[in-house]
Amino acid sequence: MLKIKNLHASIEDKEILRGINLEVKAGEVHAIMGPNGSGKSTLSAVLAGREEYEVTEGSVDFDGNDLLDLSPEDRAREGVFLAFQYPIEIPGVSNVNFLKTAINEKRAYHGEEAIAAKDFLALVKEKSALVELDPKLASRSVNEGFSGGEKKRNEIFQMAMLEPKLSILDETDSGLDIDALRIVAKGVNTLKSPKNATIVITHYQRLLDYIVPDFVHVLYNGRIVKTGGKELALELEEKGYDWIKSENVEL
Amino acid sequence: MTTAALTKKDILVESLSQLDFSNEPTFAQELRSKAKEALNHLDFPTSKTEYWKYTRLGKIINKTYFVQNKNAVPQIDVTSFTIPNLDSNIVVLVNGYYSDELLRIAPQSGVTIKSLKNAIQQPDSFVSNKLGKIAKAEKEIFIALNTVSFTDGVAINIDKNVACEKPIHVINVVTEKNLIANTRVLVQAKDNASVKIIESFVNLGGAESFTNSVAEFFLSVNAQVEYNKLQNKEGESYQISTEQVYQEANSHFTINTITLDGTLVRNNLNIDVDAEGCETNLNSIYLGKESNHIDNHTIVDHLKPNCNSNEVYKGILDDNSVGVFNGKVFVRPDAQKTNAFQQNNNILLTDNAVINSKPELEIYADDVKCSHGSTTGQLDEEAIFYLQARGISKKSAINLMISAFIKDALETITIEALKNYIDTKIETRFTK
Repeated sequence: MLKIKNLHASIEDKEILRGINLEVKAGEVHAIMGPNGSGKSTLSAVLAGREEYEVTEGSVDFDGNDLLDLSPEDRAREGVFLAFQYPIEIPGVSNVNFLKTAINEKRAYHGEEAIAAKDFLALVKEKSALVELDPKLASRSVNEGFSGGEKKRNEIFQMAMLEPKLSILDETDSGLDIDALRIVAKGVNTLKSPKNATIVITHYQRLLDYIVPDFVHVLYNGRIVKTGGKELALELEEKGYDWIKSENVEL
Repeated sequence: MTTAALTKKDILVESLSQLDFSNEPTFAQELRSKAKEALNHLDFPTSKTEYWKYTRLGKIINKTYFVQNKNAVPQIDVTSFTIPNLDSNIVVLVNGYYSDELLRIAPQSGVTIKSLKNAIQQPDSFVSNKLGKIAKAEKEIFIALNTVSFTDGVAINIDKNVACEKPIHVINVVTEKNLIANTRVLVQAKDNASVKIIESFVNLGGAESFTNSVAEFFLSVNAQVEYNKLQNKEGESYQISTEQVYQEANSHFTINTITLDGTLVRNNLNIDVDAEGCETNLNSIYLGKESNHIDNHTIVDHLKPNCNSNEVYKGILDDNSVGVFNGKVFVRPDAQKTNAFQQNNNILLTDNAVINSKPELEIYADDVKCSHGSTTGQLDEEAIFYLQARGISKKSAINLMISAFIKDALETITIEALKNYIDTKIETRFTK
């Protein structure tokens, strides 16, 4: 589904990603871990299409498309979803109106008809229940006045509504208490299928108790320096990132 | 006062002098000659005049215009200016003249909609008592010019306890290049009467034309008037319009000013709230593009206690356009328990767009709730990216955010079809 080859990216001439190689297949869950400043969020931003980052080398193939060549909206329409670490508040734009526009633009992109109002409302009801999001919040302005936990649940709610092929969860666990974490994880796990894939970007092992990865990658200094199974996350938790750093002093 | 400025005024007055009003009744002739006298003492304001500080009139006054005679008014099709899905009474002013051919009025008892020129000729009409009563020629050169030379307009009277069933849509259109049109609207809503009016200012090949309009509104006890002003003169065009309002007890007046286009647009709103229990709403959306210059000056004068006024002006300025907002609220010593709120918010879409915003409160009473505020900013890039990341195109994202921004300024438009019409206009503007 996703093939990242030798990806280099920089911001304001500072190189952050220094040759990332990663392949994600349908049905898989990958976790990307790493210390602060290792490039985790840059990777998600580059995949989502933030303009401030310049890709200097390498390629990203998404189901046969050159992902880097697509606008952010076309990436989303092709099935890439980024759950933001810090969801943006948009006063005046209602969650529901925004999601309806998003769904219909995606449908139009694929040559499908707009969703019927009734079907849309049924979908809102079903998916908001999944993440235990108060249906009232669905009609409020996007993220405005939401608590930290509500914002993150709203991200997963949007993900559920848009049914992406590839979901990238950027530090979705940050700022969540254990109950909210459980709800978010339940949502992600329910949405998991053999046809889609998930990349979980996280600092801590904690989230991976709930969303169990098939692969764990350790990102350090803009490169993946170690890959293993879910036990790698536990090892990291135990030994800390210094262990990785000392193994990679030459980097 | 310079000789050059005098010449400009003289040229303009000269171009209007061929209009003949000698068959009008005495009251009208007196009104016009008083205005002419006032005009002798008035001059075009310069940027040194505080009230005109941010608006230079060179574009308007350095040109020569001609006036049209009634018998030369062309036959035109105005269907493109009507509001879809709105059942309204339609009155058309073409190049300053009331068109009998294009009139579409459903007669209703207690509702009078007439050509102002015809109404002046009838001694029993309310016009002789009200015309020029609050729009004083000696106060403003453009009111004086209008009073001296208005060719026609609309007189609307709603009798006691009558609710005008259909909105009245006045289409004020200019079809000739370099034409000056002075039009006038006079509205009286008697006790418990109500009426909704739309006035569109549009162009049909009238490039470089100048519309100088004056409207007077008289609201009696418990009357309700909603006036929606739609300014959409495309291409090079100039407009100065003055609305003068007088509110009696428990009356509700709402004015919504929607400015979609115009090279130079100046709106002067003056509202005297002269009795208790009144409600006043002044809302506006102004969209500037290219080198448009859109200036809104508003005055709400609270003279008596227990009244509310609300003002929400929202501007979106693109390209090199310039916006001006000066909103003034007076709360006089008598006007205790006044609630007056005023806000002006602007979005600048480019680095070259400019807004001059000056909200003002002058309070002489001590038991009031008043606030004012002004903000200017840009569209939030982070929010646009967030919407894009959900599959929404950049243009739709901008559109969603703009609709959200202007939404509360549209709330006082109670004609649903008009609201939809404006929404569509704005949407096509930002998705093209």
